[in-house]
Amino acid sequence: MSGTAAVVEKPKTYWVAPISYPAPASSGKTGLWRTERPVIHLEKCVKCLYCWLYCPEDTILRREDDYVYVDYDYCKGCGICAAVCPTNAIDMVPEGGES
Amino acid sequence: MVLKALTANHAVAEAAKLARVKVVSAYPITPQTTIVEKLAEMIEKGEMEAKMVRVESEHSALAATLGAAAAGARAFTATSSHGLLYMHEVLWWTSGARVPVVMAVVTRAIGPPWNIHVEHSDVMDQRDTGWIIGVAQENQEAFDLTLQAFRISEDPRVYLPMIVSLDAFILSHTVAPVDVPSQQEVDAWLPSRRQPYVISPETNVVMGNIADDADYYMMRYSINAAMEAAKKVVEEVDEEYGKAFGRRYGGLVECYNCDDADYIMVLMGSWAGDAKKASDLLREKGYRVGVMRVRFVRPWPREVVQEKLSNRKGVIVFDRSISFGSAGQLFTDVAASLYGSTSIRGVVAGLGGVDVRPEDFMNEVTDFVSHVEEFGRVYEPLRWHLPPKYAKSLAEEVSA
Repeated sequence: MSGTAAVVEKPKTYWVAPISYPAPASSGKTGLWRTERPVIHLEKCVKCLYCWLYCPEDTILRREDDYVYVDYDYCKGCGICAAVCPTNAIDMVPEGGES
Repeated sequence: MVLKALTANHAVAEAAKLARVKVVSAYPITPQTTIVEKLAEMIEKGEMEAKMVRVESEHSALAATLGAAAAGARAFTATSSHGLLYMHEVLWWTSGARVPVVMAVVTRAIGPPWNIHVEHSDVMDQRDTGWIIGVAQENQEAFDLTLQAFRISEDPRVYLPMIVSLDAFILSHTVAPVDVPSQQEVDAWLPSRRQPYVISPETNVVMGNIADDADYYMMRYSINAAMEAAKKVVEEVDEEYGKAFGRRYGGLVECYNCDDADYIMVLMGSWAGDAKKASDLLREKGYRVGVMRVRFVRPWPREVVQEKLSNRKGVIVFDRSISFGSAGQLFTDVAASLYGSTSIRGVVAGLGGVDVRPEDFMNEVTDFVSHVEEFGRVYEPLRWHLPPKYAKSLAEEVSA
């Protein structure tokens, strides 16, 4: 029957597909791009999870008790978590200095 | 056989409907054509089971068509002149994605100054984008080529998008009898859609991510390999279409009066009809002249051009467009294919829809013949066939 769902069939000519599949670290450890890193002061954290929700890179990780921590391998240091934090519990600290 | 009186625009719309297109995307105002208007009407009346996606620009129209096609739907769009130029970026996205798509292009002049008549500059501007480009001479062929385009584009040896090009007004708005096959006949001839991958929440595929330089290079290599493979597919589809519906066009090119011809006119589109008439009239006067009508600009039919044109006394190419600072685009491809094996002249004529009649072709050919006979081997990339209104005054200016 014509025009119904497409059949997936491999090309018959030489073929390099312009497609990819989502996977961690397909562009390497993007945390190396960071110039400032977020440092979370858990004593001020109220577990609202705004940072976890807003992080564009999915690098705010959520613990079982709803406290959060940062995956520094992939955090690019954009600072959105610090900007949305209602209790100013996240500081952006320049990289390259002491920890 | 059911003959319907159709403009080429409505003929193309009928073909898209019979191909069971599932998604049509378009920007509805000028320079959109009555192709999409007719499709919208068919969908609205329930005669066609498809989704019409109205977008805010031609750039988005082709992007939405590409999206639907990547998701697995047979998708279609149509445009013209400035709309096509606005789509230009997405033409590259579509061919690079290797997703089969069919688009009709009503070839019109490009402004400024504003002019809506036939010219091939818009479609010739897309030659390098990796789209297959087929060009119709008549309304029937615009219909047939649209059906064929789905089969060519969705062939696993090809997987490239295809433009069906038809001349503005001379075809697009002129009514002619068109043999429209039944839905059952088309279903029997056109197989289910095939494509190299489908993007959906289940397949998790990403298209167009950043690629390694070498991978990028090889994707370009593979597009060209598919273009070369398309030459054979075009010939096969032409033959199979002929078996099913009784009409064959000759594949990549159509040759008329060519067998014993000393001189051959090369051109594409609707004015090939006038050139054929000129060829008949010239033969009555003792000139053995034939016509090679280019049906596919891409893939460029290099081998056929070499085979059919190399051993002639001369080849005269008529372009309805120009690459400023070079010559007509058909001329440059023909000349490159013949690499000096025969006399050749390029003529640019009919820009902005200026009428070119059989007498104009006859005058150009007899002038070329006398030139070749006088000087022997001739290579003239660019001769202007000026509109009558200007021809005399410019001749005076040049001689002054």
